[in-house]
Amino acid sequence: MMAPLFSSKLLIVLLFGTLFGLILGVLPGLGPTTGGALILPFTMTLDPLSAIVLLTSIYCAGTYGGAITAVLINTPGTPAAAATCLDGYPLAQKGEAGRALGMATVSSTVGGIFSVIVLVFFAPVLAKLAYEFGQPEYFALAIFGLTMLASIGEGSPIKNLIAGAFGILISTIGKDFMTSIDRFTYGINELSVGIGFIPVVVGLFAISEMLTQSTLLDQVFKRVALKAVKLPSLDDYKKTWKTILRSSGIGSFIGVLPAEGGTVASLIGYSEAKRFSKEPEEFGKGSIEGIAGAEAANNAATGGAMVPTLALGIPGSATTAVILTGLIIHGVRPGPDLFREQPDFLYGIFGAMLIANVLFFIFGFFGAKLFARITLVPNKILWPMIFAVSVCGTYSLSQSIIDVWIMLFFGVLGFFMRRFGFSVVPVIIGLILGELVEGTLRQSLVIFDGNWLMFLTRPIALTFFILSLIALAFPLLRSKKQKN
Amino acid sequence: MNNVQNKKRANKSLPFFFKDEFKVFFVIIFFSTILLISTFTFDKVPPILNRGIQPATFPKGLLVLIMFLTTIIYYLSFKNPWKKEKKLPKPFFLTILSFILFVVISKTLDFFLAISVLSIFVSYNWGERRVFYLLLVGIIFPLVVFIFFEMILGLRFPPGIITNLYYY
Repeated sequence: MMAPLFSSKLLIVLLFGTLFGLILGVLPGLGPTTGGALILPFTMTLDPLSAIVLLTSIYCAGTYGGAITAVLINTPGTPAAAATCLDGYPLAQKGEAGRALGMATVSSTVGGIFSVIVLVFFAPVLAKLAYEFGQPEYFALAIFGLTMLASIGEGSPIKNLIAGAFGILISTIGKDFMTSIDRFTYGINELSVGIGFIPVVVGLFAISEMLTQSTLLDQVFKRVALKAVKLPSLDDYKKTWKTILRSSGIGSFIGVLPAEGGTVASLIGYSEAKRFSKEPEEFGKGSIEGIAGAEAANNAATGGAMVPTLALGIPGSATTAVILTGLIIHGVRPGPDLFREQPDFLYGIFGAMLIANVLFFIFGFFGAKLFARITLVPNKILWPMIFAVSVCGTYSLSQSIIDVWIMLFFGVLGFFMRRFGFSVVPVIIGLILGELVEGTLRQSLVIFDGNWLMFLTRPIALTFFILSLIALAFPLLRSKKQKN
Repeated sequence: MNNVQNKKRANKSLPFFFKDEFKVFFVIIFFSTILLISTFTFDKVPPILNRGIQPATFPKGLLVLIMFLTTIIYYLSFKNPWKKEKKLPKPFFLTILSFILFVVISKTLDFFLAISVLSIFVSYNWGERRVFYLLLVGIIFPLVVFIFFEMILGLRFPPGIITNLYYY
């Protein structure tokens, strides 16, 4: 499994990816999704395995890195670390920042490694199942993915659905891939090839965040001093091992579902830790179980989210959508055939994720103090630099200035979407699934001779449609229950 | 909690067309309608080449779905008004202005110059006054990025008054 990784080049890529991921995770507003999108053009100089190893190591380390800022400055470096703030910062305020970070590091590593094991065993099974899928099943699966995203993602499910539909709509811009008829191009030649994924991702994440930061210039962070990261004590292990395992399971499961991966997983992991705890009253005041529950879950979601990405070509989170784009750019088509034809490539990815989890444990344990200092870089210096990289990175993919303008447009749009409670993640997932949704729908209708009701005669497709309905009904039932 | 209620109350007292809910509803419906109308101008394929549905049908369906869902969120906002967002500060508008400057300069003068101007403009308006740091973000760093992309990725940047000096 590890054989392809025993080359010095891949190990250097892995080391760089883990360090870069940690830095991205530590910086509030950045994260593995933005970082992955920014580094995607550079991966063109690498072979496919190195490129994906780089992206996955950024994903694993970036997810953990968010915990450092969550504990020390009460600001999650990534959205997935939001639940870590709830107990990490209060514990740090009590003078136990080292203990809080130690628990975050250990539980993140356990969660991450657990999820890689799930990935190794579950992805090939899912890939085998996917052989049974025809066009109608893929259509139903994509719809299920989008409804799950709307249902359990952050914010209002209806707003998430609108954002997802908008993402699919963007994918229809350009020449229709079946008939070559122009759609929404308005005579602009550059639009006939469609709107690229990178300008949209960089715009919606990096540029919209730059605009958000421009509204927060008067914000002052209170940093808690950190002497050194401490390994959890035997008492802490006794108290948290069940929570870590439970959250690892929850995180891996949530990760497999096409939703917002780590963010949702950490919130559920945290609330379940509280529900099962013997000291629930300690939650929010610096509970070590709270940190373990949130961190194990968000890192467990990384491996989980890679399962549908590799087995079906359906991303489990925004960052895996970037990884999926990386795969496609490098000519690797995810899906069942990948498991049959390129097992070495896949095991290279699995091994890289495993090593990345061990590496961020080492870097986190010995370097958290150093990484925390990165947050001292002022926004007025950092964000213009990020802008320069965003612009050049976006331009580099197709050497088109229009792409840069599209990036700016989506930056402004993303800012207002977030301001009014629309998550930008469904737009990304919708954009990447758009061609699949439309293509499979149209091909299904050809198979069914235009009879929509024939979808109901396919058991797998019908199951996905029923699950989609349940996913849509779930928020209604949840809000009714909360009212009661 | 009180703060949120106060914000909600403040939003409730505004005339409907000033409320965020209406503005969002109006913008989405307006642009969706324009896009929907434009789908009627798409070419049609003859039935023999038609793969299931016409090329315009799918985007039409999406736009109708978006308009329907937008109407639902607007309707739901009567029962549960959105909280009123804080007024946007001056640096936000200056950052937007810098984007416009970027587009104009990159189109008319030079791509590198546009990045430099934006970086210095943003950094200055966000509070940086030290000349070294303004030069760092406006000239040194973009130059490093520019050369890095050019050498590592073999990227050729669009011609312009400064970029031409580098290439020729």
